[in-house]
Amino acid sequence: MAPPANRRSGYSRRAQYSTFFSYAAGVLGALLGLMLLIASIVNPGLFSGLRGIAADAAEPASAATAGGRAVSKGFFESIAGFFETGSRQAKLKRELAEAKVRLAEADAVAAENRRLKHLLGLAERDPRPVAVTRLTSSTSASARRFATLGAGRDRGVAKGMPVRSTMGLVGRVLEVNGSTARVLLVTDTESLVPVRRAKDGVPAFAQGLGDGTIQIRLINLGVNPLKPGDVFVTSGSGGLYRPGTPLAVVWKVTHDGAIARVLSNPSDSDYVIVEPVWAPEPPSVPVPPPEEPAAK
Amino acid sequence: MKGKVLSFFHGEGAPRKRINRAPSTMLARGLPWVSVMLASLLPGWALIASAPVMPPFGFLVYVGWRQLRPGLLPVWAGLPLGLFDDLYSGQPFGAAIMLWSAATIVLDVIEARLPWRNFFTEWLVAMGLIVAYIILGVALANLSGAATPFRVIVPQIVFSILSYPLVGRFVAAADRFRLIPFKEIR
Repeated sequence: MAPPANRRSGYSRRAQYSTFFSYAAGVLGALLGLMLLIASIVNPGLFSGLRGIAADAAEPASAATAGGRAVSKGFFESIAGFFETGSRQAKLKRELAEAKVRLAEADAVAAENRRLKHLLGLAERDPRPVAVTRLTSSTSASARRFATLGAGRDRGVAKGMPVRSTMGLVGRVLEVNGSTARVLLVTDTESLVPVRRAKDGVPAFAQGLGDGTIQIRLINLGVNPLKPGDVFVTSGSGGLYRPGTPLAVVWKVTHDGAIARVLSNPSDSDYVIVEPVWAPEPPSVPVPPPEEPAAK
Repeated sequence: MKGKVLSFFHGEGAPRKRINRAPSTMLARGLPWVSVMLASLLPGWALIASAPVMPPFGFLVYVGWRQLRPGLLPVWAGLPLGLFDDLYSGQPFGAAIMLWSAATIVLDVIEARLPWRNFFTEWLVAMGLIVAYIILGVALANLSGAATPFRVIVPQIVFSILSYPLVGRFVAAADRFRLIPFKEIR
């Protein structure tokens, strides 16, 4: 549409003033934005309360769209599945037969593990999940990787709790609101997870790259032992993430580590599990021997 | 009301009572604001993304309204609408307030300079605004603690530029819907 033919406000004082004031308000808005921006960069948690109220307000709509998202994904997957049924089924049958054997082996290993742990007197129990819920929305237009969880203080979610799907680690809780929580996904560039290689425990850090992949940084420098296909799990060092949660699989080896793909793509995981914060047992402090009274 | 909406979708051929009808003031005034706010929410709901892939639809719709109907949204509209976008976008708070207000002023300055316009000049101007908005958005996010490399946002920029004409279509449809005269004047 063409602009209004006459943008001049003419001799009308009222029109002149209203134009002037609206532009002044526009400039003031930009300046106010700059000030808020500086405040939020200096203190990132400053506006979390406001954001929390907004997230809680949008929660019913977000939950509804999350359900719709799952349904539409299932719909397209079943159409895709229809066309590749034959070859896929033969392959799956073969894989299932192999997996059954592996499962039996794994059962045997688990039984042996239990027996050995019993011998050592270690008590191991899986923590009960705090909540099982959906990721209702995410910041998919921003460079930051945050997601909103459909459970908050009302269901016992607390700051720092790890969030995982059945496939692997998704992120950790950053801010908790009434009925929602803000999750920092593992692919965010600010997320740093201590990991180890699943098969032999090579320690490393996993940092998000912001594009859905993860940078694996080895702690031991020297010859890079990584190969494409290596699976990394959380190591639990430093607490927070329970050890043994799968995180990523190596995709490309670089000179000082590797680029890895996340195992649990948050867009594929329908439901996520919020786990309690894992705290390693504090190392036993050697008890000083009781001082003997000076014999004199 | 139902018949009027249907005739809107069926085009000019459908019979429509024109006399004695006026558009609803609330709809005519409120729809631009509501549509920008819904567009701000849309990328978050569309998918749980592990990379920035969705165009910033709130900004696109805002620029769309400003280009289609300059002066319908006031110059200071970037403040409330940007504030709403900041609540859901994941950017550091204040980023959208500042960038949307600045974009409004830049757009007005360009419009005052350009003597004529067509589809491509509008798209070019919007393109410049969108590219600057996304790049500055990443720069501000990086200032507040992230370390996202700029190559990550290249697909997002491409999607945003290509989807802008569609957003313009949507805004035009919303503009026609906004002005349907369905309220009876007695």
